[in-house]
Amino acid sequence: MDMEFSPEDLAFQQEVRDFIAENYPADLRDKQDEGEEMSKEDFLAWHKILHKKGWIAPAWPVEYGGTGWTPTQRFIWSEETARADCIRLMPFGLAMVGPVIYTFGTPEQKAYFLPRILSGEDWWCQGYSEPGSGSDLASLRTTAIRDGDDYIVNGQKTWTTLAQHADWGFFLVRTDKDAKQQEGISFLLIDMKSPGITVRPIITLGGEHEVNEVWLEDVRVPISQRVYEENKGWTCAKFLLAHERTGIAGVAASKRGIEKVKAIARTELDGDKPLLANAFFKRKVAELEVDLAALEFTELRSLAGPNAGRGPGPESSLLKIKGSEIQQRLTELSLEAVGHYGAPYFRGFGEGDNEHPIGPDYAHRAAPTYFNVRKTTIYGGSNEIQRNIIAKMVLGL
Amino acid sequence: MDFTYTETQDMIRDTLARFLSDTYDFETRQKFINSDSGRDPAIWTALAQELGMLGAPFAEEHGGLGGGALENAIVMEELGKVIGIEPYLPTVVIAGGALKAVGGAQADAMIPEIIAGNAIIAFAYAEPQGRYDLANLRTTAKKDGAGYVLNGHKGVVYAAPWATHLLVTARTGGGQRDREGVSLFLIDANLPGIVRRDYPTVDGSRASEIYFENVAIPGDALLGGEGTGLPLVEQIVDDATVAVCAEATGVMQKLHEGTLEYTQQRKQFGVPIAKFQVLQHRMVDMFMEVEQARSMTIMGVLKLDLPANERMAAVSAAKAKVARGAKFVGQNAIQTHGGIGITQELAIGHYFKRATMIEGQFGSHDYHMDRYERIVLAD
Repeated sequence: MDMEFSPEDLAFQQEVRDFIAENYPADLRDKQDEGEEMSKEDFLAWHKILHKKGWIAPAWPVEYGGTGWTPTQRFIWSEETARADCIRLMPFGLAMVGPVIYTFGTPEQKAYFLPRILSGEDWWCQGYSEPGSGSDLASLRTTAIRDGDDYIVNGQKTWTTLAQHADWGFFLVRTDKDAKQQEGISFLLIDMKSPGITVRPIITLGGEHEVNEVWLEDVRVPISQRVYEENKGWTCAKFLLAHERTGIAGVAASKRGIEKVKAIARTELDGDKPLLANAFFKRKVAELEVDLAALEFTELRSLAGPNAGRGPGPESSLLKIKGSEIQQRLTELSLEAVGHYGAPYFRGFGEGDNEHPIGPDYAHRAAPTYFNVRKTTIYGGSNEIQRNIIAKMVLGL
Repeated sequence: MDFTYTETQDMIRDTLARFLSDTYDFETRQKFINSDSGRDPAIWTALAQELGMLGAPFAEEHGGLGGGALENAIVMEELGKVIGIEPYLPTVVIAGGALKAVGGAQADAMIPEIIAGNAIIAFAYAEPQGRYDLANLRTTAKKDGAGYVLNGHKGVVYAAPWATHLLVTARTGGGQRDREGVSLFLIDANLPGIVRRDYPTVDGSRASEIYFENVAIPGDALLGGEGTGLPLVEQIVDDATVAVCAEATGVMQKLHEGTLEYTQQRKQFGVPIAKFQVLQHRMVDMFMEVEQARSMTIMGVLKLDLPANERMAAVSAAKAKVARGAKFVGQNAIQTHGGIGITQELAIGHYFKRATMIEGQFGSHDYHMDRYERIVLAD
């Protein structure tokens, strides 16, 4: 047992640092520093640079376009990208539907979709939740009825993240109304430009247009766009949920987040001293660092420990619970740290607007981010559902 | 980067676990901790001579298994699982650690005695006024010819009633709380002038108040430099702190498993209480604390060799987290058991008592958070 990096690992670390320094887009960095909302082009800019380099999908098997990195190299990669504050990559293609397709898809599906996910040509969204089906996902009611070589899909999905940008969506639909709930579900890939699809924005607490409702009215989907067998979609769904949870600990990003909070608390004054010298605030930062270390070493144990390589198991629920709690506490501390200037509502730079927004740059998104990040304990299976998973799968209750 | 155990490490764990499951069941333990001496010396002898376990962290040239802090953690975790009262911590981890650090003739003479099971060494470092400050010492060692004369009072010295030797911190100079002037001595436990008041501890062990009344000790009892011993004391206490984190992990795992088992047997409202979601989620929260205690122990082990500041920050982070987790798991194990949990009848309460004492051992949560902040979050 050791934490040493081999000479090869150190060389790799340097290669990653140099690559980011030379290739990360400067205008994207400026926008991040100003605390502006990111456009589709912003998200894709870094994606395309990584695709060109061949580094877009470290988690994928090499045969489908993965990097073949060791767990240590992947750890270095996530550390370095977080340290450099690189914009996060959209998970819907790379971390969600991609692995489902290369695990369960037909040769034709793999050949068509996987390269387009890697290149960023297709933007994906996730059609899972419905107004009546949140934590009880298997109760979903969107139907797909066979009609020749097509399904006719009808229903409503919700909380569909960034569907306004999406070219394709992966949907859970009911193909057998009479079967037991989980057994009548299929996994469909749907072209978001299909007639009958309507995407309507839902504006969240921070003012962001991040999620949507998606309505499907008599949408025609070729059977060839079903992944895996009919009525076996729940298998894909469970596989995807476990995959979704692995990166979700967000250790490297939270480390970077704590550095940002500390920087704010060294700048903000509390009396004649920096806020970070306030014993109560300092203790909250320290507790967060300690909890993050516990999360980091729990993740490292699962990445490079005796069970490494077995793929994500139910223990990934632990990483999701603790990781999301830490992300929320970080945003709480940021908002607390900025004091009065959490209140001004920064709606981004309007057309021809070059007036500097109110308050310090680091305060602009403190409150909206705090509001927004309440989502992390709700999405991907709420933290209560994660506890149910651990109770059942790990504790055997 | 590698978080796996070697075959030898797996073997140490398996061998010890098998031995303890044969010899250290709860009823047997209760019998010997309530006996006059408070222990069964045959177990210590077997650990040494049949299992070679007391050599786990020592070099092969001393007759050890060639391990280090990770091997200590493995042994301590297994002892935690049976709430073992064997004096492995003060003898092997602490005194053994000090001897390994100073090396030379003292190590050559004493380490084989530890490995053979002939020496039991208690660590006399705490004083009534000192709380967790290792430098806050009123005990003095005054130079007297080639040796020293020891005077003072050491408090709550675990395993002292059983000890053949004492590892003692004392002032050879400086003021009561100075970093300079601290020295470390390894002395015979039965020297004239050593007065002990022995007592049982709440967690099943034995300890003593020790009074040194003009105790003449030889010059070669000094480990390391005279008056410059504090960094060594800090280092061995950090080793010990990580070792009790490992022990806590074992204790917490058993508290959690015992609770899982009990809730599946105990019926109320016509069903096993494990069916209730409020209890299921609590047991998941306990599980997460156990896993994080294990992670923090490993972090502590891996960072013990770093420069002092990084080592201390890591050890304090580990101990702070484990202390909170031990409290959470212990209290909820008792709560979930209900009335039977607060009796002496079941093992669970005895695990809770040990978990509770570990919380404060070598520094409370607050003490370690303070130390962490002084190092990592200095203004």
